[in-house]
This record gives sequence, structure tokens and C-alpha cells, in this order.
Amino acid sequence: MMARTSPDATADSPSALLQPGTPAPDFSLESAPGATMELSSLRGRPVILVFYPNDWSPVCGDELALYNELMDEFRRHDAELLGISVDSVWCHTAFGDARHFAFPLLADFEPKGRVSRMYGAYRAGDGTSERALFVIDRDGVIRWSYLSPVGVNPGADGILTALEALPTPTGASR
Amino acid sequence: MSARLVRPIEPDDHVVGPPNAPVTLVEYGDYECPHCGAAYPIVERIRQRLGDRLRFAYRHFPLSEAHPHAQHAAEMAEAAGERGAFWEMHRLLFEHQSALDDASLVRYAASVGVDADWAAEALATGMFESRVRHQFMGGVRSGVNGTPTFFINGMRYDLTVNERVLTATLESAALANSHV
Repeated sequence: MMARTSPDATADSPSALLQPGTPAPDFSLESAPGATMELSSLRGRPVILVFYPNDWSPVCGDELALYNELMDEFRRHDAELLGISVDSVWCHTAFGDARHFAFPLLADFEPKGRVSRMYGAYRAGDGTSERALFVIDRDGVIRWSYLSPVGVNPGADGILTALEALPTPTGASR
Repeated sequence: MSARLVRPIEPDDHVVGPPNAPVTLVEYGDYECPHCGAAYPIVERIRQRLGDRLRFAYRHFPLSEAHPHAQHAAEMAEAAGERGAFWEMHRLLFEHQSALDDASLVRYAASVGVDADWAAEALATGMFESRVRHQFMGGVRSGVNGTPTFFINGMRYDLTVNERVLTATLESAALANSHV
């Protein structure tokens, strides 16, 4: 993978997955009926963004179930995990409740797929998000990204390795 | 993405088959997972067929948010293992996937000769919780993404869990290794 000198190098080609070193584009998306979440509100903590094609589909469910099982590991790194798909907030609510997910699902619903496109994680032909993972550091910079074949559950090893590679916060009081 | 088994067979593992077998099959499974239940008789028939050419190890990968009884079932298998009855318990759990509540688990323990009070205490105190977690995390770091996940001679098996395909893959792995 080539190091990108300009952080904006990929921003104007929406089909390319944003690469490490790129500042993570900020967004505000519905996280529950009547509630929104802004990425920038999580500055100071690592963030795991999980783009996935559809609520309820078998592979997505398995992938998110695995991450749900690993919330303690992610919290050990003080990391927040956000799921994102183009499903509506009501669909997300039903899905998250049914599967007991301990993390928010964000609705990239209107304008459809806007945030997924910003990250280069949109499947225009299918009208869904890609199956893509990002690890964002405490300063809001993407440190790892991965595009999985849409039918393959990428597992969690890449996320954990990326979290372990993040520098520990300097001067942070704990 | 890692698709290699990062933890080779360890002393704590539950293993059947000779250590020098040309092919080693490692399964990461969940006793409450229906796909693992379906794979169980397939693995048993394959073990019969390959005999001494196969070493088989089973490790726990309970998705307990999705399968509320899976963690305790895995812990009970470990408890039975502590008393030398892992494989008997393993069979009972897969044959009774719809009855894995704590009371049933203790009953299965008694039926394989494990003291029921001790088994109940093992569950209640989480005596084997960390051992199960250790296996789970080893699976995560090896790229286990769901259950069942199989590794053949350390490489993840990504094809369908179908008796014919799995058998053929194991047979060719055994053949390749015995010619070295």
C-alpha cells in the first residue's frame, strides 16, 4: 500500500476506499429514532467504523454478532464501535434489539449512502454500503481500512491488530 | 486478514488421534450453533474414515450474545474434560442442542460420571470461564469469523462444510503430507 502524501487524494474518487493517513470525514447520522450521533463527538477515543450491506442478512448478522462478543476487547482500547448501513433507523432499532447489540447502528439513509460514499464504501450498483472496516485514531485520522469481499465476514483480527498499533495517548489522565 | 491458526495444538487442547498424524483438523465451534450441530456427525464419520491418519482437536468459540447457553455449555465440556470425560460430554451437548440450560448441563455431567455438585459449582463460580475465553480469543486472532470454522494443517478451510468436500480436502492434505 502506497503512503499518500495528500490526505485529499482519495476524497474526489468516491469508489476508492479511504486509506490510512486520511482524516476521517465528519458526519452526523441518526442513531435512534430522534437521536443523532456525530463522529467528531468521539474525538479523543479510537473509533471502529463498520460499514455493512444490510440489516438481517446472514453474513452481516454473523459479523456484527462477533463484534458484539468482543465489546470488552474493544473497550480495553477505549474504542467505540459504530455500525453503518443504508437501512432506516427503525429497521436498525428492530435489528439491534433482536440481536442484543451493545453498539449503535447508524442510518445512512437520507441522502442515501452519503456517508458510505464519503468513505469510498458504497456499492452503487446494489445501493448498499460495502462491507468495509475503518479504525480511526484519537485525533480523527484513519489508521487502518479494509474492504472485504461483500459475501465474506472479515472477522475481527484486523481490527484488534489495528487498535494495538495505535499509539497510547500521551499526557492523558486516566 | 489472518487465515492461519496462530495457536498450534497446546497441552490444554482436547485432541483425538495420534500426534504424528499427517493431517490435523481443528474445529472452532459453539454447542448451541445449529451449523455446528449439523457438522458434528460429519466430523464423526470423517474421523472413522481417516482413522489414524487424522488428529482432531476441538476448541470453543461461543457467541454467547446470540446463543445464551453456549458459554456455559463450553464450560461444562471443560469441566467434564477435567474429569477425563470431555468427548462424552461433547457428544451429549451436540446431541441435545435444544436442552442446554444449566440444570440439563449438570444432568449430563452426572451421566458421564462427573460429580453433579462439583459440576454445578464449576458453572456457578466460572471455574472454566477463562479457559473458554482463551480459546475464543485464539480463534479471533486466527481469523475465525463464525462457527463452525475449521483449520486443516493450520490453514483455514473456507469451502462449504459438506462431507464429500471436507473429506476430499483432508484426504489430499494427508496424502501431500505423508509424501514429504
